[in-house]
Amino acid sequence: MVNAEPFRSPPAPLAGEGGRGRAAEPPGLPRPLGLLAELTHRCPLGCPYCSNPLALEGRDAELDSATWARVFREAAALGVLQVHLSGGEPAARHDLIEIARAAREAGLYVNLVTSGIGLTGERIRALAEAGVDHVQLSIQDSEADSADRIAGYRGAFRRKTALAAEIVRLGLPLTVNAVVHRANIDRIAAMVELAAALGAGRVEIAHVQYYGWALRNRAALMPTREQVERAAATVAALRARYRRQIVIDSVVPDYHARFPKPCLGGWGRRSLNVTPAGRVLPCHAAEVIPGLEFWSVRDHPLAEIWEHSPAFRAFRGTAWMQEPCARCPRREQDFGGCRCQAFLLTGDAAATDPVCHLSPRHHEIAALAAAQADRPYRYRRMPASAGA
Amino acid sequence: MLETGDRHSLGPEARPRLRRGVRLQHSPAHGGYVLLAPERVFKADAIAAAILARCTGEATLSAIVDDLATLYGAPRERVLGDVSALLAGLAEKKLLEW
Ligand code: SF4
Ligand code: SF4
Repeated sequence: MVNAEPFRSPPAPLAGEGGRGRAAEPPGLPRPLGLLAELTHRCPLGCPYCSNPLALEGRDAELDSATWARVFREAAALGVLQVHLSGGEPAARHDLIEIARAAREAGLYVNLVTSGIGLTGERIRALAEAGVDHVQLSIQDSEADSADRIAGYRGAFRRKTALAAEIVRLGLPLTVNAVVHRANIDRIAAMVELAAALGAGRVEIAHVQYYGWALRNRAALMPTREQVERAAATVAALRARYRRQIVIDSVVPDYHARFPKPCLGGWGRRSLNVTPAGRVLPCHAAEVIPGLEFWSVRDHPLAEIWEHSPAFRAFRGTAWMQEPCARCPRREQDFGGCRCQAFLLTGDAAATDPVCHLSPRHHEIAALAAAQADRPYRYRRMPASAGA
Repeated sequence: MLETGDRHSLGPEARPRLRRGVRLQHSPAHGGYVLLAPERVFKADAIAAAILARCTGEATLSAIVDDLATLYGAPRERVLGDVSALLAGLAEKKLLEW
């Protein structure tokens, strides 16, 4: 009778259980729960592992705050519960506070995903007042020099740690997001220690995923198999040691896994992504797949895009699958893995994600996972004309 | 982070509250209340929502139970059992503390 259940992943939409009082929804059409709002592609840092597309959108193309406010209301009406204000660096928008307030007023849980650069103590206080529920702050390493070298920005590390202290002082819950790759994977313990010392309630050990700029820097970022194995053992030991102090989330890095990561809980099923210019994508990387038609919030209401836009319909459900996914018992669990990765690595977006050991192309992943090259990073930069 | 149920048990004088960053929200799209936390969402049925709305850190468990027993006209024992089970489960998930 008393019940606070996690939203389940199986295909039956929430309506399945009880279903009373719910707005009509076409049978079989799932409801999204999360919205990734990429407010801008502008960012002062140049992280070589950035998953933003190589073709970054400039300031002139960005949606204004009134349009974002409408998108948040439409998203909430569609079922979205959480919004991730992201980018680029969301703080690069001078109207970030207004945008955050609009998201909260729409009833959404507001998660600010930031590098911290561009957020003063005063601004973070205003954001907390505007209704930001949670802050996710990235760090590049546990040591200032290395962290700044990876970020391509002098002094970034010091500013981040100062900001973290201010976030915690305000009582805002903080997650530290540590993106790991060959240059820093051996310092996971020190990064967790730093996150705990900063007062974060949660730390995410996020292994680089190879999209956008990260794909371009893949050989320079790829950890060795030995590093990955050591990292797994380290994380297990840290979880035991910090059990009462900080939650440690970590997943096996893609190229070293046996099964692929589920595509955000299924393509067009649980989440959507709005680009700075307003195009709505099933996932942040989806624009790499040629031939998909994306609609914009400038032209259509969000509900219509969710239901009818060709990009969302392309890989919804399981009917598009090929063997071995089509008859695999895990197909409703991982949805055949990532469509973007399938395309990037096999040239066919409907193929089994080659990360899966059942894929006929899996051996190619193993070869890529073994390819390390110590070459200089190609830092993420806006084209000069984009008006950063 | 330390103040969850495993440090001291949930007694009648405990004052449960949702942890910072955890929020009960009404969602017309989902036809009821949802409990929102970093990276996690839960649906709360009407009774769970009534309980959680009272977990402000001010009311004691005992007061919350009295209040709900009156509201629902249900035996106090049964309400206490339900409330305790829900709160303990949420504390386990680090959504609630006292
Ligand atoms: S297609 Fe791939 S990159 Fe896109 S959401 Fe799915 S898993 Fe992520
Ligand atoms: S074959 Fe397809 S559905 Fe089965 S585990 Fe691999 S990726 Fe997932």
